[in-house]
Amino acid sequence: MELLIFYAFCVGAVVSALLMVTTKRPVRAAMSLVATMSFLAGLYALLNAHLIAVLQLIVYAGAIMVLFLFVIMLLNIEEKEGKLAKNVFFIQLAGTVVVGILMVAMVVVMNKIGAPVAGAAVDETFGTTKAVGWMLFTKYLLPFEIASVLLLAAIVGAVILAKRRIDNSKA
Amino acid sequence: MVSLNAYLMLGAVLFSIGAVGVLAHRNALIIYMCIELMLNAVNLTIVAFSRFLNSLDGHVYVFMIMTVAAAEAAVGLAILIALFRNKPTVDVDEINLSKG
Repeated sequence: MELLIFYAFCVGAVVSALLMVTTKRPVRAAMSLVATMSFLAGLYALLNAHLIAVLQLIVYAGAIMVLFLFVIMLLNIEEKEGKLAKNVFFIQLAGTVVVGILMVAMVVVMNKIGAPVAGAAVDETFGTTKAVGWMLFTKYLLPFEIASVLLLAAIVGAVILAKRRIDNSKA
Repeated sequence: MVSLNAYLMLGAVLFSIGAVGVLAHRNALIIYMCIELMLNAVNLTIVAFSRFLNSLDGHVYVFMIMTVAAAEAAVGLAILIALFRNKPTVDVDEINLSKG
């Protein structure tokens, strides 16, 4: 049963990721990415990472993708067929070939890694909000606080970058 | 029980798909999305290792990566909007102002 669910999520994630990469329309790519992230959330749940699975849905598939869709619709980019398409095809081909080789190499290496404690049972609290929160507020307290500073800096940076500049040159 | 290798291989495949997207696309928005996909693939690898090492530290790392990804998306999209004001395009080939 678990294997069946795993393969279903696996195929779903890979197919929607391929759909994202092969389309030229940003909205379609964004919706495919939402699907990929939802499938990945399912895989996290399968790995007993309950908190991460929910965060994946809320933060990634929810917040970040809404931001993407918002910007896509704000910029209102129309479809224009590549006027710069002179040697784009060969660049794409070369990129695909190189990354294909990289993928084969990675898969071969990944296949050789032995599981440390193959299929060892984890206790019931593994991956729950309480357990992860305990780690965050004890062992990883400093990184947690630095993350909050990072988010603050990102908020300020985003507002300053995206706000309309007041034109002083006319004065 | 699904083996660790299956998860790692799925992570490798998703990462490669994202890398191809970054190289093949000229639309800056889709390139951002492909970067997000690559981050997600790495997250899957970390969560899988965390599960099979029976250690929760990996979950904290994933939490941090999600924070950085959210910050990156916000700032990156803001840069894109600022860029779009100067030159109405998201084609990375046409954004070449600092090219010597």
